[in-house]
Amino acid sequence: MITIKDLHKSYTMGTNSLHVLKGINFSVQEGELVSIMGSSGSGKSTLLNILGMLDEADEGSYTLDGVPIKNLNEKIAAQYRNKFLGFIFQSFNLINYKSALDNVGMPLYYQGMKRKERTEKAMAYLEKVGLANWAHHMPNELSGGQKQRVAIARALASDPKVLLADEPTGALDTKTSYEVMDLIQGINDEGKTILIVTHEDDIAHMTKRIVNLKDGLIIDDTAVDQVRALSHV
Amino acid sequence: MFDLERWQEILETISKNKLRTFLTGLSVASGIFILVILLGFGQGMQNGISAQFQRDASSRISVYTGVTSKGYKGLNPGRFIEMTNEDYNYLIKKYEDDLEFKSSVYRIWSGTLNFGNESGSYRVEGVYPDYQFLENEDMVAGRYINYDDQEKKSKVMVIGNKVKQDLFNNQDPIGQQVQINGINFKVVGVYTDPGGEREETRVFVPLSTSQRVFGGADKVGNLGFTLKPKETFQKTLEQSVRFSSEIESFLKERHLIAPDDTSAIGINNTLEGTKRFYDLIGMIKTFFWVVGICTIIAGVVGVSNIMLIIVKERTKEIGIRKALGAQPLSIITMILHESIFVTAIAGFTGLILSMALLEVVGPNLDMDFIKNPSVNFNVALTTVFILILAGALAGFVPAWRAARIKPITALREE
Ligand SMILES: Nc1ncnc2c1ncn2[C@@H]1O[C@H](COP(=O)(O)OP(=O)(O)OP(=O)(O)O)[C@@H](O)[C@H]1O
Ligand SMILES: [Mg+2]
Repeated sequence: MITIKDLHKSYTMGTNSLHVLKGINFSVQEGELVSIMGSSGSGKSTLLNILGMLDEADEGSYTLDGVPIKNLNEKIAAQYRNKFLGFIFQSFNLINYKSALDNVGMPLYYQGMKRKERTEKAMAYLEKVGLANWAHHMPNELSGGQKQRVAIARALASDPKVLLADEPTGALDTKTSYEVMDLIQGINDEGKTILIVTHEDDIAHMTKRIVNLKDGLIIDDTAVDQVRALSHV
Repeated sequence: MFDLERWQEILETISKNKLRTFLTGLSVASGIFILVILLGFGQGMQNGISAQFQRDASSRISVYTGVTSKGYKGLNPGRFIEMTNEDYNYLIKKYEDDLEFKSSVYRIWSGTLNFGNESGSYRVEGVYPDYQFLENEDMVAGRYINYDDQEKKSKVMVIGNKVKQDLFNNQDPIGQQVQINGINFKVVGVYTDPGGEREETRVFVPLSTSQRVFGGADKVGNLGFTLKPKETFQKTLEQSVRFSSEIESFLKERHLIAPDDTSAIGINNTLEGTKRFYDLIGMIKTFFWVVGICTIIAGVVGVSNIMLIIVKERTKEIGIRKALGAQPLSIITMILHESIFVTAIAGFTGLILSMALLEVVGPNLDMDFIKNPSVNFNVALTTVFILILAGALAGFVPAWRAARIKPITALREE
């Protein structure tokens, strides 16, 4: 599903250049649930953003579902993001003046889906994350866990190939974190490929594979026995 | 433009961001409002001043007399000079080819008019038919004094609109007999004067009649002339000045007045005033246009600023939308569509409100120097379109930039 080879990324600030990714080789098969760990500043978010086509690598190759991702113009990149990828952010990134339902409908709007169909589909995904009763609430009327579930529903709405989550539980307490992880595990059980960046060991162990990043290189990549989040709740 | 989905999206965004919409709209609407009112009052001032100058024909030369201030050829100072029909006849003969309109005037300063139970005191003047044009009067009913009246010394009168209102209420005055100081005159016409009410409280009768009936003999109090215009204003002005000074010398010689006596003969040449008037109007026009253009510039700057702020404020949202698959073009159209829509609605609201205000207040406002303020609809409309265009342009640059920044950069924005 995802193959990256010798990926490099540097940030330049003025005259200083910071080499963040120093040759990452890594691949993910369909249906995997992978967590990316590493200390702060090791380049986890940078990697995920490149995978999400939110940012571009300087060097190396990236293939997503057989499609080479290289020198895309913004128009094509937007199409691919819509079709291939769903994002879940630490800070939720919901549009604050739109209801939960309309937020979930956004990716469908950009697919050109008509309003009626869009609403139905968005509603189905809200049901899936257990928030059907909150459909018409504004983000500021929702708890952190609820917001993240809306964000997950939104990420799922366009039925993408891969879900990318950057510290999805970073802003949540333990109990809520596990609820969100339970949801993510459920989605993975249905076959969706998911990558999660996290700091927390317990969260990482709820995935099936842990990739450890240090100073821009993968130092460890091991499969783990998945701990079901439900057992903690 | 007629993409229903996009309209829904825009309208929703607008209705969910009322404050932002309101502030943008307010600045556009008030800009247009101020501009229209400003231009309206500029026009009103022009109208008002024009009316003041149009009381009389714009090239009128009036001759009047006073008391001598100097002794001359054995005569004492303090002598009251009176012109006669002879003076007038001589002048119109001599300048026959140059004159356009001409009349002498015999004034009965205060005549008491009686009609039925109504009565009032008005200025009564004996004049020639040309006097209508010297005074710039239009007939609203009937006719003016004519040469036949003059010939026959008919007892007919032409009254001002105000006199008609005072004495006749809603009756038709034409053909009615009205007494002037006890003598019956028939009303043959009603006139209106651009100078307004003050100029419409007068009554005109034939000169010949007035001299006979009110004891004027061959005396006249006043002469009025206009000259045929030359090719250019400058030449007309020169000729008019020359003509004035020739009349003055002629009258001084004839009535034995010292050549340097300034109080015995007065000549009022409106044309010189007219020049000043055109200069003044030109200045007013320029002033209001400069202020107007500055207002538009301020409006454009205001709209641009708001657009910059809006785009800045929405950068994060733009990042989210891009992450969800928004194309750069859809970001640009989203921002422009909203800005054009809001500017247009607000602009037309300002336009309609200000035009309505001018429409309501304008005609009721009749101060001496502001009259019927109004604005050229096309000018106002053009201004609205300039502002919409400016808003679109001002929005386009930041929108285009926002559409181009990497999604991750936009998302990092807080
Ligand atoms: N836009 C940027 N400009 C300059 N430097 C950046 C930028 N984004 C990240 N960095 C730097 O790159 C390095 C890696 O950042 P990254 O966000 O990928 O780390 P991370 O592993 O996600 O850390 P954390 O766990 O704190 O989120 C850091 O040193 C960071 O300061
Ligand atoms: Mg990070």
